[in-house]
Amino acid sequence: MNDIQPLTNLQCGQTARVEKLTLQGSMRRRLQDIGLIEGTQVECVQKSPAGDPVAYLIRGAVIALRAEDSAGVLVFCR
Amino acid sequence: MGLTSGSTGRKAVDEGLVIHRESPQDRVVALAGNPNVGKSTVFNGLTGMNQHTGNWPGKTVANAQGRCEHNGRGFVMVDIPGSYSLMAHSAEEEVARDFICFEDPDAVVVVCDATCLERNLNLVLQTIEITPRTVVCVNLMDEAKKKKIHVDIGALSKQLGVPVTGAAARSGRGLDELMDAVDAVTHDKATQADPVQILYAPAIEQAVALLEPPLRECCGEKISSRWLALRLLEGEEELIRSAQQYLGGPVLKTPAVQEPLSQARELLEQAGLTEQALRDEIVSGLVRQAERICAHAVESADRGYSSRDRKIDRVLTSKATGFPIMIALLAFIFWLTIAGANVPSQWLSSGLFWVEERLAGFFGWMGAPAFVRDMLVHGAYRTLAWVVSVMLPPMAIFFPLFTLLEDLGYLPRVAFNLDRYFKKCSACGKQSLTMCMGLIILH
Repeated sequence: MNDIQPLTNLQCGQTARVEKLTLQGSMRRRLQDIGLIEGTQVECVQKSPAGDPVAYLIRGAVIALRAEDSAGVLVFCR
Repeated sequence: MGLTSGSTGRKAVDEGLVIHRESPQDRVVALAGNPNVGKSTVFNGLTGMNQHTGNWPGKTVANAQGRCEHNGRGFVMVDIPGSYSLMAHSAEEEVARDFICFEDPDAVVVVCDATCLERNLNLVLQTIEITPRTVVCVNLMDEAKKKKIHVDIGALSKQLGVPVTGAAARSGRGLDELMDAVDAVTHDKATQADPVQILYAPAIEQAVALLEPPLRECCGEKISSRWLALRLLEGEEELIRSAQQYLGGPVLKTPAVQEPLSQARELLEQAGLTEQALRDEIVSGLVRQAERICAHAVESADRGYSSRDRKIDRVLTSKATGFPIMIALLAFIFWLTIAGANVPSQWLSSGLFWVEERLAGFFGWMGAPAFVRDMLVHGAYRTLAWVVSVMLPPMAIFFPLFTLLEDLGYLPRVAFNLDRYFKKCSACGKQSLTMCMGLIILH
């Protein structure tokens, strides 16, 4: 069973582990710089009332990501 | 901010960065850090009114320099734009990296946020890789205390191998210790600490070991050879061009450098580390080292995001309550501004118009021709009086209220709520704040 999904599938309160980034270019580097590398734990904290962006807890900081960017982050969910 | 008299007209011509030293003994100190860590507060706390603002040459990024004196010595502080890294390709990050690498500051102070130190250490480690003359200022210690986050400054300093000081710049605390450390680093060569070396994957370390000796030979004094080796392996053309310019010649294109470089690249290829994979590994190395260091130096009760903060955020940004609260709060502020400004506006306008009548009388008494009186008093002065009495009271109420919201931390939640709609206009949530300011002026 394939538990690897895009970060956008994470529900509020769920935690997952980053497997791979499919994003390219400067967005890829920017996400890596804030700590979203392989093996990092990410928790989905809050969805915006408009549905997008979504706030994630990444290495102690709460960061809002748009779906178009978090779709490029593949995570492993138990 | 951008539009000062010093940043327009002839003065805007790109003459390169000019550092205003008052004496040749003044030391130049770069002030770097992530956005929103209180870097400006530290900068203002150190330089007060002795500041020049303008733009970085050739870029639409604001620049500020200021002078401060400590222990009888002069320091020119240069405020570097906030950035999360020295590698990504935004204008701010390029400016930050170019200044730190190629403008030879005597020291670099990296201001960090004690409440999310791990993320800040990425920039710290990158800076240390470039220059050992780095001082780390851990700001917002008062905020960290409120959130029950404990930062062990001594342990951090030991781990990083450079001086680290704590600060709560908002209340002016920690700035003296910071300048003591900067003083020591820029004047006392004996205290050159042993800065930490970032440990990358073994293949990368081997490749760097091949490339470092020839680089040290040709440019060892001017630039960190280890840092340069890593950048050559990454192959960032723009950066390499700037480095060549700084080194004064095609030093890096010589066979003495190019041969070990190809060998090193082959080594990396064998290990499967090319292009993207190599860059990923390098960032990972930095992030993991930051994690390790924080594990030793920072203790936090709830991973930096307490249950109380979660509850508050849930209320401020949930589907049911997010928008109503936001609209109610902003409406209240607008109402307060408009209603509260009415009476002061009236006072101001009657007062200023009383003065206008006296002025008109004075011109008449002086025997000045009517057109002079009309131009100066009924024209220039009256317009000024109108503008001041109409604009000043609302601004005087609105901006402090908005600043209060900002200090409470509410404005990012507004941006978070509104981002989707701003995205449809190809803008982003941050612009909701400027829009509010625009709306209030429009009324």
